[in-house]
Amino acid sequence: MHWVPCGTYNVNYRQDFAIFRTKPHWISLVVFLLILFTLPFYCSRYMLALLSTIGITIIAVQGLGILTGYGGQISIGQAAFMGTGAYLSVILMQRFDFPFLLALFSAGIGSGLVGVVFGLPALRIKGFYLAMSTLAAQLILGWFFLHLRGITGGTEGLHVEHASFAGITFNTPQNKYWLVMVFTLLAIFFAKNLMRTKVGRALVAIRDNDLAAKVMGIEVALYKLLAFFISCFFAGIAGAVYAHYIGFISPVQFTLQDSILYLGILIVGGMGSIMGAIFGTVFMKLIEEFVFVISPMLATWFPGFGAQFFAALSLAFYAIIIILFLVFEPRGINHLWVVLKNRYRLYPFSH
Amino acid sequence: MKDWAHKGEQALLRFQDISLSFGRVGALVGISFEIGNEGIFAIIGPNGAGKTCIFNVINGFYRPQKGRVYFDGRDITRLGSAKIARLGVARTFQNIELYTGLTTVENLMAARHMLFKDTIVEGAFYFGRTLKQEVAHRRVVEEVIDFLEIEKIRKVEVGLLPYGLRKLVELGRALAMEPKLLLLDEPMAGMNMEEKEDIARFIVDISEEKKIPVLLVEHEMDVVMDIADNIIVLDFGTKIAEGPPEEIMTNQSVIKAYLGYDA
Ligand SMILES: Nc1ncnc2c1ncn2[C@@H]1O[C@H](COP(=O)(O)OP(=O)(O)O)[C@@H](O)[C@H]1O
Ligand SMILES: [Mg+2]
Repeated sequence: MHWVPCGTYNVNYRQDFAIFRTKPHWISLVVFLLILFTLPFYCSRYMLALLSTIGITIIAVQGLGILTGYGGQISIGQAAFMGTGAYLSVILMQRFDFPFLLALFSAGIGSGLVGVVFGLPALRIKGFYLAMSTLAAQLILGWFFLHLRGITGGTEGLHVEHASFAGITFNTPQNKYWLVMVFTLLAIFFAKNLMRTKVGRALVAIRDNDLAAKVMGIEVALYKLLAFFISCFFAGIAGAVYAHYIGFISPVQFTLQDSILYLGILIVGGMGSIMGAIFGTVFMKLIEEFVFVISPMLATWFPGFGAQFFAALSLAFYAIIIILFLVFEPRGINHLWVVLKNRYRLYPFSH
Repeated sequence: MKDWAHKGEQALLRFQDISLSFGRVGALVGISFEIGNEGIFAIIGPNGAGKTCIFNVINGFYRPQKGRVYFDGRDITRLGSAKIARLGVARTFQNIELYTGLTTVENLMAARHMLFKDTIVEGAFYFGRTLKQEVAHRRVVEEVIDFLEIEKIRKVEVGLLPYGLRKLVELGRALAMEPKLLLLDEPMAGMNMEEKEDIARFIVDISEEKKIPVLLVEHEMDVVMDIADNIIVLDFGTKIAEGPPEEIMTNQSVIKAYLGYDA
């Protein structure tokens, strides 16, 4: 069921559409944003770096969520599309003197178009076979990153200049954090809006029943490709932001393993919800940090296993968590959140 | 036998000598009929007679090997399903085909997809025409919800609804398209007495109040005889009779072919 805070009634449809509808909602949003943007004043560099990585990952995962969670088309190539955006943005700036924002936007568009090309098989195939075809995207794009040495720098990668616009050069951990957060919030805002309007309904319609979608006048082929475009656009933006955040890009930063982890994040967070992508990313990144911190400790306590063993632990941890979610809560953290919210709204009795 | 087309008026839907076969099996054999701009038209016949095939041909799911289909004066025989929908043909399915992950309201909103005028950029910003369109289309959707008396399940994911309600939501989804022609494939199958009466009442209202012509496939004989203006009878893919209920009820070949199976 759908519960709203007690005492909230919709007088018109516009209110029913609103995401933030009560005063406390708005106040908590403002407080959250205040905290988010003032963190650099009292947080360590380590915290800022962690949050920035989370922000960038959220952008990529929102994109994947649109294609896989809402659109129902599995992709295991998101990291490669992110790489495409990263390389494009850097190359456009270095070789063609694009200003940062234009390079970033073009990288998104470029990555989106590359996504459409690799999405073409989706017009014919579904599920497992489509997954294989996006795997091909991962491998082919990865091959380009590595072997188009003249423009990508091959294994040496590319050095990235600092982003700058509006007279600010983004070269400190603090202002890079702000840069990342602005794009993260924009990505969430756009993803949420797209998914609650025409495009989102069409994608879910196709996911749930493509036969019925056709009969209801939805151009199934067009929307499947559009899903690829939007998803890879997000990936491209994430990649471009990442490149300028980290200052250096090379093929090992956009691997198949990353693509699979993005899918795992989506599963843990909950497919087909904007909040799910956020929950999943935060949760998995925290787990990663946790393992990163405890694995050297474990290595000293159990020297018999060797340091290698514990270094690989984070992946094993990921895998176990994904499996646990698949078995016990396939709807992900988002579902737990929804249940909790509804319970709170009805507490102690329903009015 | 009478012709279904209203005199002097162009038929809304015209089936012209349609033959459809799967391998050796002839599912439809030289079927021709016309339906006009108002009224309830029923197709009856035993299981496997080819009733659903007729819908699938209209929809553009199946391509007949022979014959033409005209809708609103236009040849739609080779048109894509989405295009045909855009011309104003809506349908429900014998086995419910809903968007299970969407709520009732969202299912109906999705049905109006093709009527939305906003662009993807406006959608991303939730700006410009998007909000206005959402409000305007929501209003129509709420009218359909009121009409079918399903206010209580507005915000429920339809995958969680019981069978009878899902059938109603599917009818609502077709109505939300504001179609020029409504195809209903066994809307009463699997429903209880009370639900069947509701559906019959809705169909009559759709035809009389909303002025949407209905092409109905139904096994519920009393209801069909009660509400249909004209009936077509199929048996093994061929049309064996056509006419108003009074004629069909007394038609010898119908009694033999159709009622013989069911009795
Ligand atoms: N996709 C298909 N492939 C093969 N045979 C089909 C297909 N669809 C329908 N048929 C056959 O066509 C005949 C008519 O089916 P249908 O139109 O579903 O009957 P009904 O009158 O019960 O709705 C049946 O013999 C059925 O087996
Ligand atoms: Mg049938």
